[in-house]
Amino acid sequence: MITREQQYYDPPVNAVAALGRGVIAACQGTGQALLMLLGALAYVPQAFTPRNRANVVTQLYTMGIKSLGVVTVVGLFTGMILAVQMGLGLELVKQERYVSTLVCNGILREMSPFMTGLILAASVGSAIAAQLGTMTVSEEIAALDVMGVSPLRYLMMPRLVGLVVMAPLLTIYMDVLGLLGGAIVAATMLGVAPETYYDGLFEFTYNKDFYVGLVKAVVFALIIVSVSCYQGFRTQEGAVGVGRATRRSVIVSFLLILTLGYFVTRLWYS
Amino acid sequence: MIRFEHVTKRFGDKLVLDDVSCEIQAGETFVIVGLSGAGKSVSIRHMVRLLTPEQGRVWVGDDCISEATGRPLERILARFGVLFQGAALLQWLNVEDNVCLPLRQKTRLPDAEIRQRAADMLRLVGLEGVGDRMPADISGGMRKRVGLARAIVTQPEIILYDEPTSGLDPMISRQIDLLIDDLRRRLGVTSVVVTHDLYSALQIGSRVAMLHEGRFVVCAPPEEFIASPHPVVRNFLRAQGIVTLQDVHQAFAK
Ligand SMILES: Nc1ncnc2c1ncn2[C@@H]1O[C@H](COP(=O)(O)OP(=O)(O)O)[C@@H](O)[C@H]1O
Ligand SMILES: [Mg+2]
Repeated sequence: MITREQQYYDPPVNAVAALGRGVIAACQGTGQALLMLLGALAYVPQAFTPRNRANVVTQLYTMGIKSLGVVTVVGLFTGMILAVQMGLGLELVKQERYVSTLVCNGILREMSPFMTGLILAASVGSAIAAQLGTMTVSEEIAALDVMGVSPLRYLMMPRLVGLVVMAPLLTIYMDVLGLLGGAIVAATMLGVAPETYYDGLFEFTYNKDFYVGLVKAVVFALIIVSVSCYQGFRTQEGAVGVGRATRRSVIVSFLLILTLGYFVTRLWYS
Repeated sequence: MIRFEHVTKRFGDKLVLDDVSCEIQAGETFVIVGLSGAGKSVSIRHMVRLLTPEQGRVWVGDDCISEATGRPLERILARFGVLFQGAALLQWLNVEDNVCLPLRQKTRLPDAEIRQRAADMLRLVGLEGVGDRMPADISGGMRKRVGLARAIVTQPEIILYDEPTSGLDPMISRQIDLLIDDLRRRLGVTSVVVTHDLYSALQIGSRVAMLHEGRFVVCAPPEEFIASPHPVVRNFLRAQGIVTLQDVHQAFAK
């Protein structure tokens, strides 16, 4: 059962005790979120059985299709912004023709998984936390628990599948748009012809640059789904609590995406 | 059937259940009455392990539900149907799908039969033909009846009702009372009913328990309950204008 009772403790006696309690609470939270993630992962093989199929397909649809618009705009402009900055630097050393190489590396390895992660955390993650939080405070989660319908299977697993499938796909889509945005800036501002831009693209780009970006996208998807489901399932105290859960899920996801993204990069490029 | 063994429950330093012991017999309708915030919902939530006692144990048949986990817990829970105070319907499913949910998720019955059974249940609670409305579009009283249909669609042996009639108009309330009584008579289900409404408590209850300051101060069949000299019970009865059981039966006869 997901439904948990609130724990009560005596108030901390001093600042050190308060700090210690904060650290312990953070560790407990992390542990519980990871356990939920493992629980939901265990249900993934059943994703397309009759009783789960509809939920999984709905999540795939909402997460993928409904994010396309914002991903398109962000992708194009990320590529353009990168190309402008790289181009300005390269103009100084008269090497504008390498702009596509730099843009390509920056987009594939870092910017598109990162931006996709932030978009998904802000839109999908906050929606998950708010929805599950509302369900928790209105006893819907408790009702599912009592009916023997595991909320991890019925609610979390479809969202997990949705995000883990859609985050890499959206990242690839953003890769393409980012490179396109770079090409526009290269042609209009730096005077680099599209053919030159295209030739430079893959000159110093390796398969690794591509799949590290996808690995990151998957890691970010796991972060978003565990943080937001955890925050949703442990929501307390009515509407105020739902607001708090939503805010926390976005903030914690942002921080983890930023920091873990750095470590994933370092794992492959050190 | 359900046994509380010295159950104590505290939230922070607020004592809600204070060393409660009682046993609910198989096939009876056990009614819990009490003021708002007396801990009626808390005591019901202990029976399905949404809460665990700080001290003491809760037994369901021969199983200790307050200490069970995993599969055994699931097996015990499968014996229950629960109507939550706020109905707890899933907002993105329509009424019919909400009632079908437990069967679709827990059984392998063909869909046509599931829908048939859901339709039967909806008819039973007086909600024919609202199957395709969304929970947000129906009144609170209707939602509650949908919740009731969902609780009984799996044909559980024990049904817990948290305020099944509050917020309903008197006509529908009586109808629900009759339904609860009918389920007991025909199927022999054990029911635990939480209510403010002493009329329905005294009408349908085989025993009525008054929860006050963490204890069942009186726990007796209706005729004894109504005669109880306990001041809290007397106040409660007076507030609802009940002097004798005749008053209650008359209200039902109307
Ligand atoms: N999860 C909880 N955390 C803290 N306090 C609670 C919780 N559930 C119930 N309470 C408190 O316990 C008391 C009894 O609540 P409840 O059983 O809901 O009352 P009622 O008899 O009206 O159903 C209330 O004072 C409520 O504030
Ligand atoms: Mg209550």
